[in-house]
Amino acid sequence: MIVAERKPFTEIKDSIKDYKKVLVLGCGTCVSVCQAGGEKEVELLATELRMADKMDGREVEIGELTIQRQCDREYIEPITEKMREYDAVLSMACGAGVQFVAEILEDMPVIPAVNTRFIGVTADEGLWLEKCRACGNCLLADYGGICPITMCAKSLVNGPCGGYKDGKCETSPERDCAWVMIYERLAKQGRLDKMRELSALKDYSAQSHPARQVNEAYTKPELSAAKEK
Amino acid sequence: MAGGYEPKIVGFCCHYCAYSAADLAGSMRLEYAPNVRIVKLMCTGKVDTLHLLKAFEDGADAVFVAGCEEGDCHFLEGNLRAKKKVEQAKKLLEEVGIEPERVEMFNMGASDAPLFVAACNEMTERAKNLGPNPLKKEKVKP
Repeated sequence: MIVAERKPFTEIKDSIKDYKKVLVLGCGTCVSVCQAGGEKEVELLATELRMADKMDGREVEIGELTIQRQCDREYIEPITEKMREYDAVLSMACGAGVQFVAEILEDMPVIPAVNTRFIGVTADEGLWLEKCRACGNCLLADYGGICPITMCAKSLVNGPCGGYKDGKCETSPERDCAWVMIYERLAKQGRLDKMRELSALKDYSAQSHPARQVNEAYTKPELSAAKEK
Repeated sequence: MAGGYEPKIVGFCCHYCAYSAADLAGSMRLEYAPNVRIVKLMCTGKVDTLHLLKAFEDGADAVFVAGCEEGDCHFLEGNLRAKKKVEQAKKLLEEVGIEPERVEMFNMGASDAPLFVAACNEMTERAKNLGPNPLKKEKVKP
């Protein structure tokens, strides 16, 4: 999932200071799971904003709404009219959600309330860890399911380097050496021979941005073109 | 304001300890500040930061959560979870500009009626010293 964290309250407060009617818009998918921008976080932020406005003696109307996903047109379009009742939308979705809502609203400011951090997993209650860099060319099969691009400080595809000590990376004693983890995982799988193989240089060209993905089987059929035939 | 101000305090109390302690305080005829409104919970682990903030938004002058002694939670760690929520509420209140001392966590056993009394008195005293909830004060201003 996409992991995010809420921006500092003062930054959020400052970013909406010019508006009298603000909709705090949550997203019910990734940021909901990582407890940064779901329904509950919307309620918390809206309550905080209302309290802060009262303290400052300002009269601002803060609305609350959470939709299933802000990265899907079908969930945004039904609330377009509702959003237009406000001066600005304070989106608690990841950067993709903020941009898509802004694209649909166009002439209305959509302001981010969270910082998008990474693609990761829920490692424990209240703890999320980065696992994938979305490099566009997955190599996990060769490395026992541990991504050296994400986990290794140098993103080495042929490791380890000489900098590891006691299983830790030279960049930080807190950081596990990805290649020690890969070695141990391959040992458990009885595939240590994989360590002897030399991997080709990684092709980073798949990582050009903005990326685009098409699935022809699901693109909208062009009815007019079919009729011409 | 000082003359007419009687703080309103909301106490989120666990059924297994603080609520029983409050009951016992009554049976023991212990005297304590009458300012506390109790919300009974099956476990303080059910308390969310939002409940604490909403209490302030709705005009409480102080809020406390009273759960079992650490290590004695009927549900093992509900009180420890509540403690974290109280800490978070303190941070959020501070961000907004409200004194974090207005919210507190207490731990006590079911037989600790005097501790419950002390918690009520402590929070009432704090709320009196800090004055009314600043959100309410804004409303009163002409």
